[in-house]
Amino acid sequence: MQRGWWRRRDGSSATAAGGTLHGVIAADTLTYLDHAATTPMRPEAVEAMLPFLTERFANPSGSHRFARSVRQAVDEARDVVADVVGCKPGEVVFTGCGTESDNAAITGTQQRHGGIAVCSAVEHHAVLHAVEHGGGRVVAVDAAGRIDLDALAAALDDTVSVVSVMAVNNEVGSINPLDAVAAVVGEHAPRALLHTDAIQAACWLDLRDVTPHVQLMALSAHKFGGPKGVGALIVRQGTSIEPLLQGGGQERDRRSGTHNVAGIVAMAEALRLTDLERRDDVVRIAALRDRLVDSLIDQLDDVIETVPRNAKIAGSAHVCIADIESEALLYLLDEAGVCASAASACASGAMEPSHVLAAMGIDKRFAVGALRMSLGRTTTGADVDRATAVLVDSVRRLRR
Amino acid sequence: MKVMVAMSGGVDSSVAAALLVEQGHDVVGVTMRLWGGESDTGCCSVSDVDDARRVAQQLGIDHLVFNFSDDFDTHVVAPYVQAHTAGLTPNPCIECNRHVKFARLSERATLLGFDAVATGHHARVTPAADGSHVELERGLDRAKDQSYVVHMIDQAELARTMFPVGDMTKTDVRAHAARLGLRTATKPDSQDVCFITSTGGRTAFLGTRIPFRSASVVDTAGAVVGSVPAVEMVTLGQRRGIGLPGGGPKRFVVDIDVEAAVVTVGDEADLLTPGHTVREMTWVGGSHRLADFEHVLVQCSAHGTPQRATVTVVADGTGGSRSVEVRWLDRQRRIAPGQSVVLYDPTDRFVLGGGIAAAPLTD
Repeated sequence: MQRGWWRRRDGSSATAAGGTLHGVIAADTLTYLDHAATTPMRPEAVEAMLPFLTERFANPSGSHRFARSVRQAVDEARDVVADVVGCKPGEVVFTGCGTESDNAAITGTQQRHGGIAVCSAVEHHAVLHAVEHGGGRVVAVDAAGRIDLDALAAALDDTVSVVSVMAVNNEVGSINPLDAVAAVVGEHAPRALLHTDAIQAACWLDLRDVTPHVQLMALSAHKFGGPKGVGALIVRQGTSIEPLLQGGGQERDRRSGTHNVAGIVAMAEALRLTDLERRDDVVRIAALRDRLVDSLIDQLDDVIETVPRNAKIAGSAHVCIADIESEALLYLLDEAGVCASAASACASGAMEPSHVLAAMGIDKRFAVGALRMSLGRTTTGADVDRATAVLVDSVRRLRR
Repeated sequence: MKVMVAMSGGVDSSVAAALLVEQGHDVVGVTMRLWGGESDTGCCSVSDVDDARRVAQQLGIDHLVFNFSDDFDTHVVAPYVQAHTAGLTPNPCIECNRHVKFARLSERATLLGFDAVATGHHARVTPAADGSHVELERGLDRAKDQSYVVHMIDQAELARTMFPVGDMTKTDVRAHAARLGLRTATKPDSQDVCFITSTGGRTAFLGTRIPFRSASVVDTAGAVVGSVPAVEMVTLGQRRGIGLPGGGPKRFVVDIDVEAAVVTVGDEADLLTPGHTVREMTWVGGSHRLADFEHVLVQCSAHGTPQRATVTVVADGTGGSRSVEVRWLDRQRRIAPGQSVVLYDPTDRFVLGGGIAAAPLTD
């Protein structure tokens, strides 16, 4: 039933006879290590969006002064995003989420230019399923989860219209060398567009280093302290793709639909602060991550760090633990108030075996005990130490 | 007690969870994801999982989904397909209970610190009068009794198994769900194997997995009287769908030779047998209990009428009591090989054990 760390904010208790109860759990009672799933909103971003949920409610596409003042907020947000991404404001297209951005990039390219898509085997399903749906090709990765450049070269030819390689992997945190990827694409499929899913990158990498290599880039606000339900697709100048949505022609005919003004404004504010604080955050969080993984490996046998630290982002603490099952481990962690994950979940909520670990060739004995802990801006030393203690205890219990 | 309740998204397991909460147990609901393919309720039965989760939310208990689809493939689906290839008539729900619900789920529950596993089956777990063992008893609602499909649960497992709705009629279960306002109160009972769709049936499922072979249909004298498109789909005792013209005397499938692809039809008398060998027996309180009874009652399908028989353990080289001979008091139709055969005490209340039908006996 209710566990100790649950706090119902209204103080109610569960009764079978009652109506629907909303079990509200206070985040400060948890050890949250699932920042790759979503990370808390920055208070400044919350603050920034509130006026647009209340008094500044106008539709920015309107023609009156009220609308124009809101339009200005959207324009300013676009400038901020462009600055952090290292592109022109006109290259920023606001979307409804990261998945939409990825789909628009791949499907939109194929609809405009024909041809097929190519992606790495460890892409997020927002890319992988879109590529497979369009009859595309999937390219192998190395043991660290990075695209195999020789295999990529072999998969490219004149029929390829778009190549999608993620900047940072969402499960294991590996960083792809997009400069090298761009060179391979330029040589073997010079007419193909290069798209990167940079959804997990914004907190950890300076996007200005990535942007020059690609024609398309997907971002999602809630991964860097913005709200859920808003994203962006960067469409570099000279690149044209077919819009997914037909309608009022917002975003210069590239994404119809009334602007999510509050979301867009908050996304920009979150991205601005993320960029401002990135350098310090990366150093601090990498140290916490190292402490977490080192102490696990010290205290438990048969734990492997899935990707070497020099090949991945600072916030990723993905480990594979032999002789236990992720689902059982996650239950014990959850019971102790530690939030982590394994792979992606299907529509039923069941954990699916990880396509990422399979592509990396991780030994099944270790892969079934995959654990994705992901750190973020709000992670503290106390979180890491508590998670370590709970994890060590839980793994020993499961191995008994 | 800390109880893990398996919630399928149906009314029985919903009420089972509710009763456990009312009894003051520390309850966590679990829905097992077993089948990833097509089903009547959509991919991996998402709508059933939704129902289970919403009921759990209403009851104020945690709800988890465990992915046991690998185990389900290995222990239920693959053997089901294999059995059909061999001309057997398997019961996948029983194999699921044997290998998944009362094995895999139960092991995990123990590992995670649970004291018991509960399900919504209509059956009862009761201590034997002399305290020597735990009985597996038919559910109170005889028409809904499911002791047949859970007959394989052993003593250690029974001691930590709970069937909260076993003491209720189905009408009372639905009434209780309605009183609590559970969304599953009027949900229809599931009837069929979860991975077989009502539109495609067994044929569609097996047709994509094994190559069907046509077979000639002959009478008991060996004369060809027709043909069937798939010998793998024919079941002993079957009357319809064997390509024979209507009218005339009732004719049954009385023999299936998968290898030679020949199906023999005959009249009911050709189906009757004095008994059967039953293999892979499991026992609720030990095989020695057979000695307590002159005859026992034997049930050969989920809702079949139990028939009187004498049962004796036969040596099968395993040194245990894994094989028995069931000898009917009155001759019965042959059991399709692969079907589960469950023994009950003469009062028709308690499961003694059960196994898989093998060869018929001769006089």
